[in-house]
Amino acid sequence: MMISLGILSATLLLALLLSMRGARSTGGTTSLEQWSVGNRGFGTVLVFMLLAGEIYTTFTFLGGSGWAYGRGAPAFYIIAYGAVAYIMSYWLLPAIWTRATAWKVLSQSEYFTRAYGSRALGNVVAVVSIAALMPYLVLQLKGLGIIVSESSYGAISANAAIWIGTTATVIYVVLSGVKGSAMTAALKDAMVLLCVVGLGIVLPYKLHGGIGPMFTRIAAEYPDFLTLPSSGMSPSWFASTVLLTVLGFYMWPHTFGSVFTARDASVFRRNAALMPLYQLVLLFVFFIGFAALLSVPGLEGADVDLALLRVTRDAFGPWIVGLVGAAGLLTALVPGSLILMSIATTLARILRPQREGQPADSATRARLLVPVLAAIALFFTFRGGSTLVTLLLMAYSMVTQLFPALLASLLPHSRITAAGAIAGIVVGEAAVAVTTLGGMSMASLLQGWPHGITDINAGFLALMLNVITMIAISVAFPQTTNGPQRVAG
Amino acid sequence: MTKPYRLLALIPAVAILGAPWFANRIEPRILGMPFLLGWIVFWVLMTSVVMAIIGGLDDRNP
Repeated sequence: MMISLGILSATLLLALLLSMRGARSTGGTTSLEQWSVGNRGFGTVLVFMLLAGEIYTTFTFLGGSGWAYGRGAPAFYIIAYGAVAYIMSYWLLPAIWTRATAWKVLSQSEYFTRAYGSRALGNVVAVVSIAALMPYLVLQLKGLGIIVSESSYGAISANAAIWIGTTATVIYVVLSGVKGSAMTAALKDAMVLLCVVGLGIVLPYKLHGGIGPMFTRIAAEYPDFLTLPSSGMSPSWFASTVLLTVLGFYMWPHTFGSVFTARDASVFRRNAALMPLYQLVLLFVFFIGFAALLSVPGLEGADVDLALLRVTRDAFGPWIVGLVGAAGLLTALVPGSLILMSIATTLARILRPQREGQPADSATRARLLVPVLAAIALFFTFRGGSTLVTLLLMAYSMVTQLFPALLASLLPHSRITAAGAIAGIVVGEAAVAVTTLGGMSMASLLQGWPHGITDINAGFLALMLNVITMIAISVAFPQTTNGPQRVAG
Repeated sequence: MTKPYRLLALIPAVAILGAPWFANRIEPRILGMPFLLGWIVFWVLMTSVVMAIIGGLDDRNP
């Protein structure tokens, strides 16, 4: 127990020290541009670490193995969507970057304000951003609590871990901004690679005699577990969910914001070939989940997320448990820090909008917001209850609703207006809320239709209503003056 | 279309999105993995290869 506790504390300390290095190299007074997007000077490696740092969250770590453990083949969608998203990123991210850099925007909400020349649209996007990011941050904090309390064998309670982790995150976000997150992300990537790939290979061999024998046993004990069922999480569920997740992938405000840190557009084109390789880390996460299914069966409901930590505790001593816990700790801290920064930057820019010819904004306002936002997140973590769970269920669908308006902003002769974009987003979000809160699916809406259609992810319905509304309003009330600002891309 | 090599990107995308129709079975196993998982992993690797080829042919990249 002391050993794993020692490793956990040492990792937290190392993360803090690394982020301080990021802070020291900036020196003097920091502009908001420096703090939140690293003066738009990151090369391929730093952008890779940042994007990888964001994408591999506690969900990947605990949820990915939990899905393999609890659901089997449907979990494979988690590997699939990343690869398709990276294909899209080759064209999407340079286009966003070119415009964002020309306009010197620092947040997603600001991007929309400039793209459509409408502050109202920017504010709508900011509301969506914050409503989706807050529950996501709380999810990271809850995951952190689970990881630390499990891997310290209960020596640190989940609540204590959440307080310590949040305090550390606030300190390094305030001090070093995005550079600190990129440095910590490097440490995280190294530890996640080591632990996940190591466990993913060692556990199947140690417990079940190899990867092949492990799957042979699963196929015998759980027939149908390793293929998609013909209804429910069926082939059309898989394809539609992958596609929908791809559209939402870069719409997360903190991911969208990471795009602004790049030095030039070719950074993204290089990363489009690099990122899919890193995606394969998930394969080893699945191996761990499957190994756990045979060794520690019986976890149900939300407890399936404990599969990875339980099987590690069963198979190894405190050294390994400590290392895995430390890697897990970082999968919560790095995305958490970027989310905090993203909300703080969005709010700071709304409180004091960007104006032409004005001296660079200082980071002070955004930095002061960070502890306040962290306190709100802590409040929700301890007192959140069911509202939060619902918001989280909706969060991915909520950010996905921004995709149509984003795409329209990139098209050369788009006639989509700000009013159309706002109406589309509002209708889309309303549809997301109604279908999620009402527990509706295509199956309940289209009774008697074939599974190929009713298994399609209900998120498409909201997206379709969004697009139809956006086009209808734009055609009905065409804009004559103040058209969207376009930059050649 | 001025840059036909871009169409290469469609190959892994279709292979992955269509995986459950092309590959929804356990046998033959790929490196011990069920065929569906092996298929997806193979095409994730190919995504990397294809995007590197497209990046190499794209004259906007230094």
